[in-house]
Amino acid sequence: MTTTGGLLLVLAVLLPFLGVLAGLVCGGRNVRSVALLTILAGLATVLSIGFTFIQGDQPLTYLLGGWAPPLGIALRADALSVVMLVTVAVVVAGIAAFAWGDFATPRDGAEKRAPFMYWLLLLAVWGSLNLVFLSGDLFTLYVALELLTFAGVPLVCLDGRGETLRAALRYLLFALAGSMLYLLGAVLLYGAYGTLDIEQLAGLVRPGPIAWTAAALMTVGLLAKTALFPLHIWLPPAHAGAPAAGSAILSALVIKGSWFLVVRLWFDVMPGVVTLSAAQLLGALGAMAIVVGSIVALRQERLKLLVAYSTVAQIGYLFLMFPLAFDASGTLLVHGDAMTGGVLQAMAHATAKAGMFMAAGLIYASLGHDRIADLAGIARAMPITVLAFALAGLALMGVVPSGAYLAKKLLLAAADGSGQWWWTVVLQGGAAFTAGYMVLVLSNVLRRPAMPVVLVKRAARMSEAAALALAVCSLLLAFAALGPVPRELISNPLSSSDLPSTLLVILGGVLLALGMSRRSLLAAKSDTDRGGFARRVMVSAAVAFEDLDTSVRRWPSASLALLALAAFLGALLIT
Amino acid sequence: MAGATLFGLCAAVLIGLGVFGLITHPQPLRKILAFNVIGSGVFLLFGAIAYRGAAAGMSADPVPQALLITGIVVAFSATALAVALLLRLHDETGSASLSAEATNKEPSGGHDA
Repeated sequence: MTTTGGLLLVLAVLLPFLGVLAGLVCGGRNVRSVALLTILAGLATVLSIGFTFIQGDQPLTYLLGGWAPPLGIALRADALSVVMLVTVAVVVAGIAAFAWGDFATPRDGAEKRAPFMYWLLLLAVWGSLNLVFLSGDLFTLYVALELLTFAGVPLVCLDGRGETLRAALRYLLFALAGSMLYLLGAVLLYGAYGTLDIEQLAGLVRPGPIAWTAAALMTVGLLAKTALFPLHIWLPPAHAGAPAAGSAILSALVIKGSWFLVVRLWFDVMPGVVTLSAAQLLGALGAMAIVVGSIVALRQERLKLLVAYSTVAQIGYLFLMFPLAFDASGTLLVHGDAMTGGVLQAMAHATAKAGMFMAAGLIYASLGHDRIADLAGIARAMPITVLAFALAGLALMGVVPSGAYLAKKLLLAAADGSGQWWWTVVLQGGAAFTAGYMVLVLSNVLRRPAMPVVLVKRAARMSEAAALALAVCSLLLAFAALGPVPRELISNPLSSSDLPSTLLVILGGVLLALGMSRRSLLAAKSDTDRGGFARRVMVSAAVAFEDLDTSVRRWPSASLALLALAAFLGALLIT
Repeated sequence: MAGATLFGLCAAVLIGLGVFGLITHPQPLRKILAFNVIGSGVFLLFGAIAYRGAAAGMSADPVPQALLITGIVVAFSATALAVALLLRLHDETGSASLSAEATNKEPSGGHDA
């Protein structure tokens, strides 16, 4: 049955795509205004979905054409989708404010392709994401995912340089391999159960060879699209090569689409099929992503690549919720602390990472380069941008009250509750790795420059404000404590119980930055590195991690990893 | 052997061939073709499932066929986008290779080096 407010769901999906069509017709000079109108209307729609959901306290449903599944297609909004809808709408608005000046077409100048395409693609990404969040059937989800990829790939190569085209093609081909695995899984499920509707499947799916195969194929296909280590072959060049406003979309939003689908699949479609050992595999991949991504981030020479590798690490965090969603007896808790924590983590990452990429892009545009070693004095030249970068980093670390902080608390509580102490170690240690690359960047940014900094271009006020606003949003997610987070989890971060672990995290970060960065932090001027024994050991370890990253990012190893992971995951699902 | 089983096995062979091509061929065009072979395999499998799932006197289950058409359109768009990117890559760089990049030192934008 279509519930009250069901039409809003259709509107949330249709509005962005109507905006794309209208923008296409109105042309390059007007596309920006069309996008602005669409975003305002979309925001209003999404907020009213939120209010309707809270008032009615039940999922919103809309049956297309009044046909009930399995013949018809349903759009559904449960708590999970509503939360993601609102987050994405806010981030899209922030990104649009950031890009407003950069992607403008002057009234009297010639129309250029990049600004025109940018606004269309932004709206297309938004519409596809809304469809991913709202769709109630696995095939519609496939189409939505493909739309998301098709909208995301051109963002990578907006400037049309050879290397970005190559990055885009790599991204597209690997994502297509992933989506084929997903589609194969969906086809197998249809063959076994005769429906693709999520609610109907949830009642029908039983553990068995077909369900195991389908779950393994679909999960791994989605991991390839999310770029979870070791399937991150396409992410660093694509996210680092795109213009900053594009990277923010790709890193904050696009990867959340396929991640969301893994969550849907595990918690809503197959809660009876997935097993604790398969979830441990996802968590282990996440932990590896945190370690490898963070260390390789520390070794980067350029700020945008550092931020891109930080995304690789942060994707790892998003997958820690899977093993923690099981309780001590090994049953999946569909609405437990871990679920709330994981979603909060995704929201915190979406806002903070968008802000961070924007800040990195502003620094690049203003300096004309983004070599980390030559960033001295930037903090004085562009304080707001550097503040945005630092706040975003702080929000990601989760040591001060912020979305990620609450998420960490929730996941730690889940780890305690289910007796999985090793995830406690990963959660606490992961923050130290995040602190590592933040210390590296901030120590360079705050250094006194040898000569005054010359800015080739002054950053637009609105872009700086947008970056800062999104970083602050991530911190403000701490107010989720007023709603869905149990009050007893919150403690004063400066209290005697929390302060030691916070200090340990920061100390760990400083040590990592001192030991593993490309240039020694203490002897910034000399290129010759005469570090002590400890530094030499840590540098060689870091180089080993870099080599590991290079070797898994080759095409044959990445695609073999894809198949091996699918087989391994399938084996772990067998009960 | 029943028709549906035969088609199902053919689909499995196609998917296997496609996956093999996707992994082993370094040229992007071959990868695009391999993707299409996998796609054909999946669509054939879906067709076989529609045939097998036919009940109530119908000659075939109509839902998979409707989905198949959509799937083919999606795969076609993907191929078009990939080929367009490939052509553009060839125009820009004169080569159509995916792996000409240095792994750690790739510039993140601009030509300031």
